[in-house]
Amino acid sequence: MAYSDKVLEHFKNPRNVGTLDKSDKNVGTGLVGAPECGDVMRLQIQVDPETHTIVDAKFKTFGCGSAIASSSLATEWLKGKSVDEALTIDNMDIVEELALPPVKIHCSVLAEDAIRSAIADYQQKNGMEVTSSAEKAH
Amino acid sequence: MAHNTRRVYLDNNATTPTDPRVVEAMLPYFYQMPGNAASRNHPFGWEAEEGVDYAREQIASLIQVDPKEIIFTSGATESDNLAIKGVFEMYRSKGNHIITVKTEHKAVLDTCHKLEKMGAEVTYLDVAEDGLIDLAALEAAIKPSTILVSVMWANNETGVIQPMKAIGDICARHGVLFMSDATQAVGKIPVYPKETGVHLIAFTSHKMYGPKGVGALYVSRKAPRVKVTAQMDGGGHERGMRSGTLNVPGIVGFGKAAEIARKEMAQDAERLSKLRDRLEAAFLANLEEVYVNGNREHRMPHVTNISFKHVEGEGLMMTFNQNIALSSGSACTSASLEPSYVLVALGLGDDLAHSSLRFSLGRFTTEDDIDYVIEKVGSGVNHMRDLSPIWEMYKEGIDLNSVNWQEH
Repeated sequence: MAYSDKVLEHFKNPRNVGTLDKSDKNVGTGLVGAPECGDVMRLQIQVDPETHTIVDAKFKTFGCGSAIASSSLATEWLKGKSVDEALTIDNMDIVEELALPPVKIHCSVLAEDAIRSAIADYQQKNGMEVTSSAEKAH
Repeated sequence: MAHNTRRVYLDNNATTPTDPRVVEAMLPYFYQMPGNAASRNHPFGWEAEEGVDYAREQIASLIQVDPKEIIFTSGATESDNLAIKGVFEMYRSKGNHIITVKTEHKAVLDTCHKLEKMGAEVTYLDVAEDGLIDLAALEAAIKPSTILVSVMWANNETGVIQPMKAIGDICARHGVLFMSDATQAVGKIPVYPKETGVHLIAFTSHKMYGPKGVGALYVSRKAPRVKVTAQMDGGGHERGMRSGTLNVPGIVGFGKAAEIARKEMAQDAERLSKLRDRLEAAFLANLEEVYVNGNREHRMPHVTNISFKHVEGEGLMMTFNQNIALSSGSACTSASLEPSYVLVALGLGDDLAHSSLRFSLGRFTTEDDIDYVIEKVGSGVNHMRDLSPIWEMYKEGIDLNSVNWQEH
């Protein structure tokens, strides 16, 4: 199976690889997937407490090329968005942008879960109402 | 990508390149000698038949059997089907029990599953951590209704070689037929079914530097005389066991490949095992958390299956797959999203199965290729570990088994 150019591009030049300080109150961390399943994504956001805007996002992913591209794209999209806007990112947007084949749709689902999970973590840490369930039903 | 077109092929267990000497032997049989080997009344037919007869001798000589015991097929999958279904149908009145192994190729496992629907009882033996079967468990599984034991000679994913002679002895003691899928072994290591006590073996041309689309089934004619019920009905070719016009150029190529293998197998094996060992040693020395899967002593000389922990196989392959061809046991390389059942049967955790790569060297692999692969794959592993959250957690001393993963 050949990969789309966009997957290859993100795979070769992954955006925002790295680690934010997870003890920081303004950092939300989402860790989803499992090593046994062949995919683990860790996605972190740093939120400006005044504006509720995501000022930084980082990821590390154990997984196939599509999983890495999905998380790389997610961090790119998250930066500059408000928390509420971030919650509107749908896995099918990722599928479309990266031209993922059906067998790789689960990679996009994982990326969406990682976003929701990171936001939930941030909201919990700051005593806010959790507006995203960590896992979308699927 | 003109600036970067180096290509190294280490997927010889999937298929081998056709040896140029084989191609040369085949060429006259496409146009100059186009006859049907079953045409008995003109020179075109005679030439074709001669070509097939000679190839049958070359192949028989490689495995030290009588040429009459070689049945040509379209490949190992067909040979496996013919052997197992053919024996089941022929010996159904004697019993319905078949014994095989969990790490067999799908051509054997799926054939057995099909027969279960048709009234067969099948025992699937476990393997130990090193990939070998337990002989006592095999013997204990044999019962009066057992008609066939099917154990592959060497495994396609790990290269692990089963104790064939010992299994043959057990089968002889109990008067049970012994069949082997020897696809990965024939032409690479000595495979002599008669002295090993194997009554049927399936193998194919394209894993031993011959063309694709042609395979063979060895069927013992003496002590015991084995018969299989044909699975393809038609003109009664191949002593009635496999109808269908013979693939003359393919068979001629298969024969030539067998002749070359007989002469060069020992030196190829010696050279390749050194290269393989060098590859393995380099990964073990240069990288942390590297595991070789399967028994390293009872193993094909040209194969190694290695898990690079905390890195996913398909992602890892993407770092070099423009230049290096190999296979992974990772789920993402299959449509099923399940990791390799062979590695899981060895008791590897799914995480290690997802992290595995299979390197299968071949006749045309050079020392230079190996050095290139050591460097490229090594830097790929390091790159992917930099991207891997579980590598980071491992490095921080977090026990990954204690993490409450959100599984999908």
